[in-house]
Amino acid sequence: MIKIDFYTVFWREMVVLKRRLWKFLVSRMVSPFLYLVAFGWGLGRSIQMNGGNYLQFVVPGIIALSAMNTSFNSVGTSLNMSRLYHKTLEEYLIAPISAFSVVLGNVLAGSLRGILSSVIILGLAYVFGAKITVNFWFVLVVLLTCFLFASLGVVAAMTIDSHEDMSNFSTFVILPMSFLCGTFFSSEKLPRLFHYFVELLPLTHASQSLRAIALGYDFPAVSLLVLFGYSLVLFAAGVIVVRRVR
Amino acid sequence: MIQLQQLSKDYAGIKAVVNLNLEIKKGEIFGLLGPNGAGKTTTIRMLTMLTKPSGGKAFINGYEITRDLFDVKKEIGVVPQHMNLDIEMTTWENLELHGRLHKMPKDDRRKRIQELLDYVELSDRAGDLVGKLSGGMRRRLMIARALMHYPHVLFLDEPTVGLDPQTRRRIWDLIRRMNNDGMTVLLTTHYIEEAEMLCHRVGIMDRGQLIALGTPEELKKRVGEVVVESLNQGGTEYKFFADREQALKYVGSFKQNVIIRESNLEDVFVELTGRKVGD
Ligand SMILES: Nc1ncnc2c1ncn2[C@@H]1O[C@H](COP(=O)(O)OP(=O)(O)O)[C@@H](O)[C@H]1O
Ligand SMILES: [Mg+2]
Repeated sequence: MIKIDFYTVFWREMVVLKRRLWKFLVSRMVSPFLYLVAFGWGLGRSIQMNGGNYLQFVVPGIIALSAMNTSFNSVGTSLNMSRLYHKTLEEYLIAPISAFSVVLGNVLAGSLRGILSSVIILGLAYVFGAKITVNFWFVLVVLLTCFLFASLGVVAAMTIDSHEDMSNFSTFVILPMSFLCGTFFSSEKLPRLFHYFVELLPLTHASQSLRAIALGYDFPAVSLLVLFGYSLVLFAAGVIVVRRVR
Repeated sequence: MIQLQQLSKDYAGIKAVVNLNLEIKKGEIFGLLGPNGAGKTTTIRMLTMLTKPSGGKAFINGYEITRDLFDVKKEIGVVPQHMNLDIEMTTWENLELHGRLHKMPKDDRRKRIQELLDYVELSDRAGDLVGKLSGGMRRRLMIARALMHYPHVLFLDEPTVGLDPQTRRRIWDLIRRMNNDGMTVLLTTHYIEEAEMLCHRVGIMDRGQLIALGTPEELKKRVGEVVVESLNQGGTEYKFFADREQALKYVGSFKQNVIIRESNLEDVFVELTGRKVGD
């Protein structure tokens, strides 16, 4: 019965998403559009990156960044509000469904939002003239990135006890990752120790592997494994914190 | 139908509920009456498995609440104290979500939603977002939602708090109607009137403890069915008597004005604790 249970949670998210689909899509376009203008046209014209143009370099990074932000925020904010403020989480807690189903339904819904925003950026990037390869592996990495950060959203939403601290978490964890994890420049350019630290962070592997696939570098097997590992661990952590909420 | 054995809850040193023993029979409307902070909500939250008890046991229709989680969940409907409808969904969708969570088949869901919307008189609001409903409508929708999966026991935490008198009566009618249809009801309230008019039996709670238990009549009989209120050096003095005759005999010797009236559950609470429920 797990199948039906998680689908019910997912269904609720889709009802809400459908109602606000246009607003969601348009709002997801704004920041990637600005990034593309700034880094593709503005800054990018004067930069060469590994012999290619900067736009090609930066698009996979922006996709990873946006997949992270959208998946994390959509799950994190709404679940946190639902637990602390609207109390709608109680409706799941008193229903005969498992914590696993609650987490899976939420994570899949957050992932779908992340995927939609990635597709939007890809569309925009083509309009801006980027030539990048999208194949099975590219899609897989986007999926893993979304799944991973949606799971992180669950963990944060269930363990952080106020709305302000949720935005603090974004400021101190999510925002630094946005800039350091190989989104706009290769993390190899960082000082040695710093570089090692950044190599531990999941977003680094998301942007590196997307870039490798998009531009035809060596296949990023290690990064793929790292993303897979993070996904499993964070999802399991999500199930545990939901189970512990009583 | 519901049994509590030494049920307790400590919140980091605060004893919210202390060794509660109680048995609620099938078909009863049982009321937990007590002032704010008495532990009523905590009791309901434990019985509905939103909070883990720190001690004791409770059974609902034979299932132990911490052990037989899913069995208990199918038995109970819950209407919490605060509004917890999904404001991003419509009236219909809120009920639909609940039906799906309880794995009701599609046809069954549709029929039941229609039936319940008629029951709580919200059929014309089916397509409205919850944000557009009034307080009374939301409360009725929460009741409908709790009934969706045909539970045998209904928990209502302060079902009429914050509602105007007319809406309150409407909710009372609804609760009586459900009870007539066979539902066992456990509700909490800090309204004396609600406990007296609606409940078959009442448990009075104070500081986490059950301090009295019985039908409203029994409880009133225990303190005395007739009260004499007399003004007395700045305070009101209450004296209780078994009947009007004895009260009149006592008042006979008085010079100042007195009020003679029937006692109520407020008097019972004052007599037991020295405080008023509202204090
Ligand atoms: N989550 C909680 N954490 C700490 N203390 C709590 C919590 N919930 C309730 N309490 C305390 O437990 C006591 C009983 O509260 P509650 O059950 O809400 O009373 P009532 O519903 O009768 O007004 C109060 O002293 C309250 O402050
Ligand atoms: Mg309460």
